[in-house]
Amino acid sequence: MLELRNVSTFYGPIQALKGISLSVATGEIVTLIGANGAGKSTTLLSISGVAPPKRGEILFEGSPIHTLPAEKIVSLGVAQVPEGRRIFPQMSVRENLEMGAYLRRDNAGVARDVEKVCELFPVLAQRRQQLGGTLSGGEQQMLAIGRALMARPRLLLLDEPSLGLAPLVIRQIFATLQQLNREEGMTIFLIEQNAHQALKIAHRGYVIENGVLTLSDKAQTLLDHPDVRRAYLGG
Amino acid sequence: MRLVGRSLLVGLWFMFLTLPLLAVRVNTITETVEWRWLNLVWVGLGTFILSLALALWRQRSESQPQRDDGEGDITPRWRERLFHDQTVYRPLLIMALLATLLLPWLVDIYQINILVLALIFVVLGLGLNIIVGLAGLLDLGYIAFFAVGAYTYALLNINLDLGFWAALPLGGLAGAFFGLLIGFPVLRLRGDYLAIVTLGFGSIVKIVIENEDELFYGAMGIADIPRPGLLGLDLSLDQSTLYTYYLVVALALLAIFVTNRLKDSRLGRAWIALREDEIAAVAMGIDMAKCKLSAYAFGAFWAGLVGVLFAARNTFIHPNSFTFAESALVLSMVVLGGMGSIVGVTLAALILVLLPEYLQGLAEYRMLVFGGVMVAMMVFRPHGLISPSRRRYTRPQAQGEEG
Repeated sequence: MLELRNVSTFYGPIQALKGISLSVATGEIVTLIGANGAGKSTTLLSISGVAPPKRGEILFEGSPIHTLPAEKIVSLGVAQVPEGRRIFPQMSVRENLEMGAYLRRDNAGVARDVEKVCELFPVLAQRRQQLGGTLSGGEQQMLAIGRALMARPRLLLLDEPSLGLAPLVIRQIFATLQQLNREEGMTIFLIEQNAHQALKIAHRGYVIENGVLTLSDKAQTLLDHPDVRRAYLGG
Repeated sequence: MRLVGRSLLVGLWFMFLTLPLLAVRVNTITETVEWRWLNLVWVGLGTFILSLALALWRQRSESQPQRDDGEGDITPRWRERLFHDQTVYRPLLIMALLATLLLPWLVDIYQINILVLALIFVVLGLGLNIIVGLAGLLDLGYIAFFAVGAYTYALLNINLDLGFWAALPLGGLAGAFFGLLIGFPVLRLRGDYLAIVTLGFGSIVKIVIENEDELFYGAMGIADIPRPGLLGLDLSLDQSTLYTYYLVVALALLAIFVTNRLKDSRLGRAWIALREDEIAAVAMGIDMAKCKLSAYAFGAFWAGLVGVLFAARNTFIHPNSFTFAESALVLSMVVLGGMGSIVGVTLAALILVLLPEYLQGLAEYRMLVFGGVMVAMMVFRPHGLISPSRRRYTRPQAQGEEG
């Protein structure tokens, strides 16, 4: 479904990605793990068109998207949950969800999907009228995921959904992601520092270091891999 | 007792603050300094009493049990009703409209002239509200678009003999064009940097007009600009003022209607999203460039439009009518009124133009009172007169009776 071929991305003179090649097949959860500054977020921003790559190709369902503007990529069915949640603080939960469906014109369908998201995250249903900025961190993350789902994506990109959340909330959110994948067949590309949790729900994983992919394998294999254990799992 | 002490301090502090303005008067003819201590005593006493009353009132409202309507944000009931209950706000709106229409028959021509100016600023405030209030793009040079409109009419009239009505839409379009012109280079700028660039843009427009004698008649200004015409009729000065008043009322109503519709449109929601979080807005599939440019174009359009009217009303325009002070004034309207609130901005524009006019009785203290009102506003209502009213959703079953 998604394929990166030799992608290199620069911030001015600084090369953040040095020829990344990876792929995500339909119905898969694939995770990209790595330390701070390894290039995880840049990979996501390259895919979503916010930081377009200088060299290399990005294909979504066989057609190149690395030359398209960000809004066009969203309209193709690639939604992202940005790093740090970034919900709209002065909008209500419901308005936030409706913003996620900004590119859609079917009002009835949007209203139905608001209900669906509220079923997925019951806590959002209770807080429907509340302003986004007044939610707790975990609720905001759920809202950010729900908002991305409102675009009816075929590929969901998540940038560190576990950031700054309590372990219990992280498990809850990851369980929901797994449920989305199993029941709706949602393809998910998950970027994480929390390697343990991410690898537990993912099918496959990549490890990125200094802008280069160093490992790529089945998630279970990576969980047991000595290098991964030493670097990310604490032994 | 603690309250009395604090109020005493407040009183003393205000006495100190207003000392140079109220107590010292330099008589420039006899070159002596007058000390008016009595003034200072009044200030001290006044602020002491006010501060004490406020503190007591606060204490009382704090000791009362808080009402919790279970919604997170607690808004006063009357406001809720004022903006969301049709049976309350409809008659109010109609009354306000009737008052505006009948006013010229009740007051003299001087007052109408002031009102015309106030309404011109209402339109300016609403235009800037699109850029600053909705899209969140700080603009410190907004008055430049106003100047563009005014000069468009003046120059078209001199060079091509175009009338008011032909120039009106052209002035708006010229404003919008300049909006796009400033919009392009600042697409990637935010916050302070954006403010500086727009400030520069505002100054550049004024300085260019001031120094270009051939094209813009420079610092001489342009005189003898025709007033708005009415089917070629010969209007007396009073009639013309009256006519201008109704024109600007119509323009203000149009601006209120259009900006209100814009606010709730797809584009309006995209602007608000952009204001709230640019990165998230882009992630939602909002075309940031198009969105920002359209905010500038729409906002500047109103300034250009009303600029034509301004030129026609004054019959004389000069670069000094378009300084940073005017930009700041319009910006204060948006901030005082409450970012994004149309009712608020309209009220604030009226207040900010009319207050200094009607405070002329206070002579030299008028700007002091004006400043005091501004400070008080920001202290007691930091979100503006009317913080942007939030659309409330009710669940379908909650309104079952109406169907």
